[in-house]
Amino acid sequence: MSSATEPRPKAVATYSTAFQEGMREEMDRDPTVFVLGTDIYDRGGHFSQVKGLGERFGHERIRDTPISEAAMVASGVGAALNGTRPVVDLNFLDFAFGAMDELVNQAAKIRYMWGRPVPLVVRATAGVAQGGAQHNNSLQAWLMNTPGLAVVFPSRPWDVKGLIKSALRGSDPVVFMMHKLLTGARGPVGGPDELVPIGSARIARPGSDVTVITYGYGVVVADDAATALAGEGIQVEVIDLRTLAPLDVTTLVEAVKRTGRALVLDEAPALSGPAAEIATTLSDHAFWYLDQPVVRLTAAHSPIPHSPPLVDGLLPNVGQVIDAVRRLALARGPSQSSVS
Amino acid sequence: MPTTNGLDAGLVPGATDAELYDWLADMVLIRVFEETADGLALRGRIPGGMHPAIGQEAVAVGIARALRADDVVAGTHRSHHHALAKQLPPAAVLAELYGKATGTNGGRGGSMHLADFDLGLWGTNGIVGAGLGIALGAALGASVRCTDQVAVGLFGDGGANTGRVWEFVNLAAIWRLPLIVACENNLYAVETASKSVTGGNSIAERAAAFGMPAQQVDGQDIVEVHRAVRAAADRARAGDGPTFLEFLTYRYKGHNSGEVIRYRTEDEVTQWRTSRDPVERFSALLTNSGVLTPEDLTRIADDARAVVDAAVAFAEESPWPDPSTAAENVSAWSNRDGSVR
Ligand SMILES: Cc1ncc(C[n+]2csc(CCOP(=O)(O)OP(=O)(O)O)c2C)c(N)n1
Ligand SMILES: [Mg+2]
Repeated sequence: MSSATEPRPKAVATYSTAFQEGMREEMDRDPTVFVLGTDIYDRGGHFSQVKGLGERFGHERIRDTPISEAAMVASGVGAALNGTRPVVDLNFLDFAFGAMDELVNQAAKIRYMWGRPVPLVVRATAGVAQGGAQHNNSLQAWLMNTPGLAVVFPSRPWDVKGLIKSALRGSDPVVFMMHKLLTGARGPVGGPDELVPIGSARIARPGSDVTVITYGYGVVVADDAATALAGEGIQVEVIDLRTLAPLDVTTLVEAVKRTGRALVLDEAPALSGPAAEIATTLSDHAFWYLDQPVVRLTAAHSPIPHSPPLVDGLLPNVGQVIDAVRRLALARGPSQSSVS
Repeated sequence: MPTTNGLDAGLVPGATDAELYDWLADMVLIRVFEETADGLALRGRIPGGMHPAIGQEAVAVGIARALRADDVVAGTHRSHHHALAKQLPPAAVLAELYGKATGTNGGRGGSMHLADFDLGLWGTNGIVGAGLGIALGAALGASVRCTDQVAVGLFGDGGANTGRVWEFVNLAAIWRLPLIVACENNLYAVETASKSVTGGNSIAERAAAFGMPAQQVDGQDIVEVHRAVRAAADRARAGDGPTFLEFLTYRYKGHNSGEVIRYRTEDEVTQWRTSRDPVERFSALLTNSGVLTPEDLTRIADDARAVVDAAVAFAEESPWPDPSTAAENVSAWSNRDGSVR
């Protein structure tokens, strides 16, 4: 077995091949792991997330389904109760609306009601990009609001691979969100037993002046802003949540203890969304360490349109993050503190 | 009395020669529009790409031409043929695909979400099976208000495996709603051959079990499509309830523009194209029966080319929508001063 301390060249993968690798290794390790979804056997999924696994594991374990989202998640729930570890691939998370009962009223509640774990993974591509209003929902807000579901949303190949392994070795349902715009992002990945625990955030970039808390593609935006601000002498710490539920409160509180200033960057709308929860969590647990109110920079309260300039008009961009972080870093006392 | 066409009486009942000319012109326009838009998508002019409907022209035009102006059509993600058949202006449709301010929906909809309620297109839809639900509701509204309208809800062979489609079909059946349930069976759902994931003998056979007339129709023959839809619309207007029509058709291109096709043979494509092409067949029918001359065919092709070229110029030159308007018109409830969103 490879050990994490042993020096060895780090393998490089893309965000989606990292998922494929994690799946392949876990399917080799555990014969009860299998995948079901549309267009997965030959095509390997719409994002190549299981490419090549059809040939390797056969039709029983890389199972093509009709477009029947409710049946896909339902069969995953029942199979998970009966000794297997299904990965239901919903393609886009927007299609989970047609399986919401199976996910929220069944999968999420069975441990609580009946004492049985449901080791189910629902993988889906998510995040805001092209495709219009019906393919760009920020469902993380709904799902993290559902007791019983873990929600992960990695931003880099390492975490994709490490988190799918944790999900497949855990015992409860995990919604595995992958951002459209990160599909081809490259980076190192860990070995067969390098797991990323579910519920742990990471410091993506150290910095002492302001903490930017974000996840998914927001990590890329925040890092670009942080690089620009470093040129002005503002040191930005970027926290990549990796998991939205359960939220890693300790890492967030410790960050605020260091910097005293926090901005939450989110492409979901503010209302009752992840940013609202994070801001409140900091108010609950780190109020006396804050020098300024927590700032939320989120998408506008709107569906996502088709036209690129309209999409840009709704989402926080690098320039806006730079402005907001700069104002937050320079703010003194109450008068300039409210940034929106 | 309208001038009767040169076809045998009853082949296209009630259609004048001029109307038949328009049917073909619409099909050719769709063909040229889709070939052009597909090329533009490959060149990155259409953000997010598109789902070309080349090969499915007769279904769209046959349906649209069998309906009244106040009837309703609700479509799918493969949408342009229905939008054009419902007479949405090609320039505005293409501008919408580009995401321009002059698009049919101001750039908010895009290829999968085209709508013009005044022209009876109650949205094409990005969610598989969802358009049929909107048509179901429109039929319910028509029935409640006794408007005599008919609604057509479209979905594909892939959509026929969503649960919601059969909830809609059942409700239409038990309430005897004026709905035409229209399945465009083009054999594939993305890369999946639908026969490999579809139980039973046929989609129409499933529908028959709900107690409504259900039949397969040659979707490459506009005369057949028109006949079936007209009969279904007459039934619906007479208060006799829904009809299920499974149109057997084919898409010549991949699921979306630029898709690499490995799931079907070139042979299969060639067969559909050469022996059943809906444009060729109808052109031949009309010229053989003397309704159209070869010169008419040339004019139809030239006109379509000119309209599509003008649409491209219009889409290219149109302005982008104003980003500051992006979050407007989300909900009338949010417009009150002092409220949070
Ligand atoms: C509920 C839902 N699930 C999955 C998708 C992704 N998707 C879009 S089109 C498509 C295939 C649809 O096939 P079919 O209904 O046969 O229509 P066709 O593309 O052949 O016109 C799929 C799976 C979706 N848009 N909505
Ligand atoms: Mg199909």
